[in-house]
Amino acid sequence: MKAEEDESNEEVEMVEIFVMGKRYKVPKGLTIMTALEYAGYKFTRGCGCRGGFCGACSTVFRTKDEYKLRMDLACQTAVEDGMFLVQLPFMPAVREDYDVEEVDPEEHDNVLLDYYPEVARCVSCNTCTKACPQDIEVMDYVQAALRGDIERTAELSFDCIQCGLCSIRCPADIKHYHMAQMARRIHAKYNQPESDELAERVKEIKEGKYDEEMEKLVNMEREILKKRYDERDIKEEG
Amino acid sequence: MSEGYPDYMEESIKKVEETRSERVDKTPDRMDPDEADEVLNSFHPDYREEGKKEIEIGPSTGRKAPTEVAEMLEAHSLIDPSEIDLTQIDYDVDVLIIGGGGAGTVAALWAVEEGIAPADILIATKLRHGDSNSMMAQGGIQVADREDDSPIRHYLDAIGGGHFTNEQSLVKALTMDAPKILDWHEELGMMYDREEDGNFTGLPGGGTSRYRLHSAGDYTGMELMRVLRDEARNLDIPVQEFTPAVELLKDDKGQVAGALLMNLETNEYYVARAKSTIMATGGFGRLHIQSYPTTNHYGATADGLVMGYRAGVPIRDMDSVQYHPTGAAHPDQIVGLLVTEKVRSLGAQPVNKDGELFVNPLEPRDIEAASLIRECYGRDNGVKTPTGMKGVWLDSPLIEEKKGEGTIEDSLPAMVRLYERFGIDMTKKPILVFPTLHYQNGGLEINTDGSTPVPGLFAGGEVEGGVHGKNRLMGNSLLDYNVFGRRAGINAASHAKKTSLGELTLDHVTKYEDQLSDAGIKTDRKSPMLLPEYRGEEVLKRHLDVEVTL
Repeated sequence: MKAEEDESNEEVEMVEIFVMGKRYKVPKGLTIMTALEYAGYKFTRGCGCRGGFCGACSTVFRTKDEYKLRMDLACQTAVEDGMFLVQLPFMPAVREDYDVEEVDPEEHDNVLLDYYPEVARCVSCNTCTKACPQDIEVMDYVQAALRGDIERTAELSFDCIQCGLCSIRCPADIKHYHMAQMARRIHAKYNQPESDELAERVKEIKEGKYDEEMEKLVNMEREILKKRYDERDIKEEG
Repeated sequence: MSEGYPDYMEESIKKVEETRSERVDKTPDRMDPDEADEVLNSFHPDYREEGKKEIEIGPSTGRKAPTEVAEMLEAHSLIDPSEIDLTQIDYDVDVLIIGGGGAGTVAALWAVEEGIAPADILIATKLRHGDSNSMMAQGGIQVADREDDSPIRHYLDAIGGGHFTNEQSLVKALTMDAPKILDWHEELGMMYDREEDGNFTGLPGGGTSRYRLHSAGDYTGMELMRVLRDEARNLDIPVQEFTPAVELLKDDKGQVAGALLMNLETNEYYVARAKSTIMATGGFGRLHIQSYPTTNHYGATADGLVMGYRAGVPIRDMDSVQYHPTGAAHPDQIVGLLVTEKVRSLGAQPVNKDGELFVNPLEPRDIEAASLIRECYGRDNGVKTPTGMKGVWLDSPLIEEKKGEGTIEDSLPAMVRLYERFGIDMTKKPILVFPTLHYQNGGLEINTDGSTPVPGLFAGGEVEGGVHGKNRLMGNSLLDYNVFGRRAGINAASHAKKTSLGELTLDHVTKYEDQLSDAGIKTDRKSPMLLPEYRGEEVLKRHLDVEVTL
């Protein structure tokens, strides 16, 4: 039931790409990832979720007559005629261990700088932002981190897929995405208020409030259970 | 592939726009049970008998599974046991975890909590730590923490959604543990969407009777996975990446005693001996059941199902497959990718080529999916794409009519980004969708403590079955890997403390080979698959089987 073959006999339009310098002809419209596969490459590295969420397929390329290097995800970028490309299999960035119980921002002057002092070396060149395939304002969150604004660092970096392209381009060797990971956890744990509703529910469960009824349900005959399901009220508006 | 929509599709979009104002406050009733049965029987791919076969060998002989799965099980091992030296132990650990996605990482964290030193754990994973379907989940996680909700309701919704085929004790564990899991996530520091007062933002999901879905934008799975991985890194839990397991090991007492691992880049094997082994390899989307495209990760090839089955673990509910109602149907580059259910939770409606709303947007997934297939192939009300596929519109701009401008950008950044890359602005134009292969409902049989019937082997997450019966509700898979990853981790840890291992053996693999030939199955298929084959046919035709030596 997936795509039926197109019955028309249209010629498939081909484009020319260069994989680490080697030339291949591939159908126009493929992504960089599927074009490489079409050309005969089988991925072990450089391929993950194939949906733009995991950051495994960072790719550096330039197109014909262009001097600038561009960066993007191979699974989310269509091939272009004359594209020269290479995939980055691994990013050996330093990451600092920390105990999330010990990083209360109230107890540190600038907790992010304590763990990632190189953040202070940022020269505001904005190369990180230009490298980001998610269009995150990377430099802005690095600057926020420098000011100790954990909330802004967390929020600006939230869509980060941790592909590492920012860090590989950074002239100051900042490890943006690891620092931002830490910032988000600190923000969620220390700045966001805790949920009373959740605390109450956890307490009720601990006290056994639902045990008796749950036991009944687990042992309930299918027909009675089904009736109970069909008769349950459904909240359509919240 | 041109950017945006071709003109003929724009014509249909106009009709969608014309009916939008009439539809804003309209929600069709949920289907009555008889009509639901009918649409499932006539249009859901699971209800087609020709896509399935009875499994001929192993512990669940006679049970039905999709042909693609049965063929994986009725296949030779990748290894010849007589060529493996089990006397040289490369890794000797208390707990071996196969799979570095959500379930495996949660299991590792709780094994540490239970007193196992991180150095006595090994996570072996096929790709990178975190590369998994867990990372890709968008919509959210179900937890009954609101005042008008309860674990009892959550239980009823899950079991009704599964058509009463779920293992009831597992559903109890799932729904009663859920608030504790969210509490743990709060401690770890996960950035869930919250209201001003700190309580979690709740959304409805298909088949849920309350607003129970907790999310982090539409990057919920990613937020959970990256925090769990970050914590595992903080604890220095050893991870071997690009090192999948290819078979389980047993000892001479019949216990599972670790696994044979393989370096994916050098093909060298490693013997990993473990007192407890946790299978956390996820599901089977990349088997492309009935040729469907899939939302799944590159590594979702049912490896753990195959290895567990060869080691003697029965499988259940494998005859049912979850097709997510809304996979992308256009443009071609993203066909099959997930369009999160959250798009419908926020108010988008599925409408046909004439702009007509034809189903309640939040039916359980199998009913919703079957309704979309009926609209395209039963009633011929779908929109044909330039590559010949059919789909229906998911009227996303309706979200902003209902909830105000900016809602889509705020709540669905990943979706907006996905479409923007191909010149489609989903805040202004509807998107075309069709069901896509999404989730392995069934799997290895487990008990409530995450143990399998074979001593020494535990399982959590998509690889196991019973929790969701024959249909999983949205938001219960992130919950599943947390609940059963945790239970498997804790119980694997306590099992490891009281177990002593005998001599290692691969006899079960040899015996399985014997069963294959006894059943008269002649094949050159080998499994587990490890990675799917996507290389171009033209290239493979000219492929020389030559090993180049330097």
